[in-house]
Amino acid sequence: MRPKLIVAVPTLRTSCHLHIILIVFQLFINNQWQDAQSGKTFPTINPSTGEVICHVAEADKTDVDRAVKAARAAFRLGSPWRRMDASDRGLLLTRLADAIERDAGYLAELETLDNGKPYAISYCVDIPNVVKCLRYYAGWADKWEGKTIPIDGDYFCYTRHEPIGVCGQIIPWNFPLLMQAWKLGPALATGNTIVMKVAEQTPLTALYVANLIKEVGFPEGVVNILPGMGPSAGAAIAAHMDVDKLAFTGSTEVGHLIQQASGSSNLKKVTLELGGKSPNIILSDANMEEAVEQAHFALFFNQGQCCCAGSRTYVQADIYDEFVERSVERTKNRVTGDPFDLKTEHGPQIDDEQFKKILNYIDIGKKEGAKMLCGGKAASDKGYFIQPTVFGDVHDQMTIAREEIFGPVMQIMKFKTLEEVLERANDTKYGLAAAVFTKDIDKAHYLSSGLRAGTVWINCYDVFGAQAPFGGFKASGNGRELGEYGLDNYTEVKTVTIKVPQKNS
Amino acid sequence: MLNKLESLFSIQRSAPYLTQALLLPGRRGLQGAHSLSQSLSASLSPSPTKFFSPQIFIDNEWHDSVSGKVFPVYDPATGEQICEVQEADKADVDKAVQAARRAFALGSPWRRMDASERGRLLAKLADLVERDSVYLATMESLDCGKPFLTTLFVDLQGTIKTLRYFAGYADKIHGTTIPMDGEYLTFTRHEPIGVCGQIIPWNFPLMMAAWKLGPALAAGNAVVLKPAEQTPLTCLYLGALVREAGFPPGVVNILPGFGPTAGSAIASHMGIDKVAFTGSTEVGKLIQEAAGRSNLKRVTLELGGKNPNIIFADADMDLAVEQAHQGVFFNAGQCCTAGSRIFVEEPIYEEFVRRSVERAKRRVLGSPSDPTTEQGPQISQEQQARVLELIQSGISEGATLECGGKAHGLKGFYVEPTVFSNVTDDMRIAKEEIFGPVQQIMKFKTLEEVIERANDTDYGLAAAVFTNDINKAMAISTAVQAGTVWINCYNALSTQCPFGGYKMSGNGRELGECGLKEYSEVKTITMRLLAKNS
Repeated sequence: MRPKLIVAVPTLRTSCHLHIILIVFQLFINNQWQDAQSGKTFPTINPSTGEVICHVAEADKTDVDRAVKAARAAFRLGSPWRRMDASDRGLLLTRLADAIERDAGYLAELETLDNGKPYAISYCVDIPNVVKCLRYYAGWADKWEGKTIPIDGDYFCYTRHEPIGVCGQIIPWNFPLLMQAWKLGPALATGNTIVMKVAEQTPLTALYVANLIKEVGFPEGVVNILPGMGPSAGAAIAAHMDVDKLAFTGSTEVGHLIQQASGSSNLKKVTLELGGKSPNIILSDANMEEAVEQAHFALFFNQGQCCCAGSRTYVQADIYDEFVERSVERTKNRVTGDPFDLKTEHGPQIDDEQFKKILNYIDIGKKEGAKMLCGGKAASDKGYFIQPTVFGDVHDQMTIAREEIFGPVMQIMKFKTLEEVLERANDTKYGLAAAVFTKDIDKAHYLSSGLRAGTVWINCYDVFGAQAPFGGFKASGNGRELGEYGLDNYTEVKTVTIKVPQKNS
Repeated sequence: MLNKLESLFSIQRSAPYLTQALLLPGRRGLQGAHSLSQSLSASLSPSPTKFFSPQIFIDNEWHDSVSGKVFPVYDPATGEQICEVQEADKADVDKAVQAARRAFALGSPWRRMDASERGRLLAKLADLVERDSVYLATMESLDCGKPFLTTLFVDLQGTIKTLRYFAGYADKIHGTTIPMDGEYLTFTRHEPIGVCGQIIPWNFPLMMAAWKLGPALAAGNAVVLKPAEQTPLTCLYLGALVREAGFPPGVVNILPGFGPTAGSAIASHMGIDKVAFTGSTEVGKLIQEAAGRSNLKRVTLELGGKNPNIIFADADMDLAVEQAHQGVFFNAGQCCTAGSRIFVEEPIYEEFVRRSVERAKRRVLGSPSDPTTEQGPQISQEQQARVLELIQSGISEGATLECGGKAHGLKGFYVEPTVFSNVTDDMRIAKEEIFGPVQQIMKFKTLEEVIERANDTDYGLAAAVFTNDINKAMAISTAVQAGTVWINCYNALSTQCPFGGYKMSGNGRELGECGLKEYSEVKTITMRLLAKNS
């Protein structure tokens, strides 16, 4: 996930004031642009300045109803989408990847404008991973095989992997395009139809992709995209009687609401990718330079706005002081500024609410006795910039060691033994990711086996590939995205059993 | 030599015209054209890729043969020479294997490449074949004698889809982690086998190349490919596209040449780790022997067939007659899957024969470039003579010749669509693979009897059953010894579905996920742990 290709970033066409000419700010239903039934709109804000970029149509329950009807029609037996060869579904996804690759520069600018992440990252990390994810799932479309099964008795038995139906998908604002691809890829490869709600903070790139979905030739109603708010549009999707499955990426708090809504409506299948408080364990034999850099990256990447942020850095006692000193030094060198400046490592937080919440956590950390070693304040008088912040002498019971901050605030803790650190690392309701830095093969295996987390990185951090599944233990979620596992969450298995006169092996 | 080729293949104007001729009713623009070469030789537009040359393709470059030898390639529709091609033999195979070895060395660009990138290269190759599909279809039709439109819609589509399918598999070839007993962590890596020799036939030259290259390259192998001496041109053109797509040098090497020299050098080469062969059962045995005598290279074989097509009295007669007809006559009968033993249930036998003869008589023979042509020539004079000889044996052994039976036309290697009835299982035409447009129709009474007779053969490639009775369909599909069984359809091949033979029809499977296994070595890695937990 680290940007290696800064030199390859194309020159910006419009500096930081992008002329948005290619997208419509409406709801995308049935391959058509529509206003919200209520006529309502909401502003989307540039987090670097706090200024309004534009107003976007705001979907609520009645619009969700329309989108679900469109998706249902697209999914009916005999529809073009249901009759399509699986390989052609794959080809459509490939063409969508090609179109996004073609428009990479524009999409990266738009993403940075709406989200605040450095343009170099949008272009070198977000977009290539979007393209790869869609290509990966394109390839799965005609490889998602059922089985024939040697059932007892005079029967022939086989399974069909069928799409679930209409899938609601609710995605967050931290990686708007990438989260969209993670959701679209497996759902479309397996033949579902989609009603997607994009985060109200970052609706723009998703709407641009809607145009591309239409351009490459997906049939009407297969993908419907609704900008809107969680309590209205999101809740309507989660509680909808005609949505067969819901996939949500966001906070654990909202994840609880989604699962409840499913229970109180139609028991729709639910997959959740939620918060984390991921431990990053540095043993004393690790390569110090690499561990410091990776631990820094693990926490500060994307302004700390990652569900898998390595926000509990456990460092073995004999290297603790040096590690803290080097981490602080690295953090002070982190370049904060205009995200359209190619030297910028660190942009603004997403919005005022997050900005205030993070500053409040920093205050709590100080009050509870952690030692603030650098940062701690707003980094600019406009926009939502926060200084990269490091806390030392953090104890496990402190608020900043237990709650997900979702900001550029690093907590460094000390440990002595492997058994101790394993117990402390697992003492959390979360279980999304973890990492271990060591050269010792036995220690690496001991910790990677014992950690209660859906992903464990060894001597690396934030290494994602479309091929590798991702998801949470415990309250970090349900189900897995990416990889072959990601297809399970969009599939109903049908067992077909046929009576035969005489079975033979 | 090259100039002549370019003039022959200058199809950018003419090929869309061919397609138009079919698609626009009433427009029969090419009626009367004798061959593509005649109709096209006037124009001189270049091929879509400049890189193509009728030479040996090694290390992404064109080479003359070490010996300096060349061989002629003929248009089977006219018997006229198209061009000469450089002829590879053992010395050239050695060169190609060295190139492939270098490409496969640890640390090489090909070995260090992300699997997804291998997939992207294959997808790019598919896109290039699609870009040049009219050109390739013209070349294939000229070299192979198969009707242009069939080539465009069947062969080219099959080629493109196969390459795309395996492109998608490149980063999905999963090893497993294994809950082994004891204090261990065990996992498997699916590694490429290494340098793969691939020897392909002349009946579907381009598609067979795709069947071979797709899984081999998706799995990360390097390839030394020998196309058939009858039909090397499209395969060499594919070499140009391999280079254009950006495959590293040495990953794909293509050597036009003959079986006893180049083919045999591949089969017995000590530096080749695996050989895949599609062709006759007779040569398949030689390949397996050569592997046994040399380095025990892995061998996969896709060989001949004498495939039973079983028609029950309750079947949809129109469907069964047409499918049985296409099942044997498709590609002038030159298919390993040809349904060359039609077993028809007694009550409908006479009717089925009558309708089949009527259909065979209506089959249109003609120039491959004519859009109304259903059947072109056989591949060569040798094949034509062999088919006619087997027809004679059928007559002399007492089968009833219902129609056809002779060579057709003054030039080219055509054979009339031929139907035999009253064929018995012991006749040569009921036992030997004819590989020509000759349909044998036999009679049966019971399910048990037809199963036994269908299986009474050395072959086991494909079979079909036509019935509306689900129990009969299930019983036959379970009982026949064949790698593929079609129910109420025939030749329904697709890149997602494995294909290969029982018994002497081959070893291993091509296409589908199964096809990848034939190009992978599984490595089991077991690591001692201090303390295991589930």
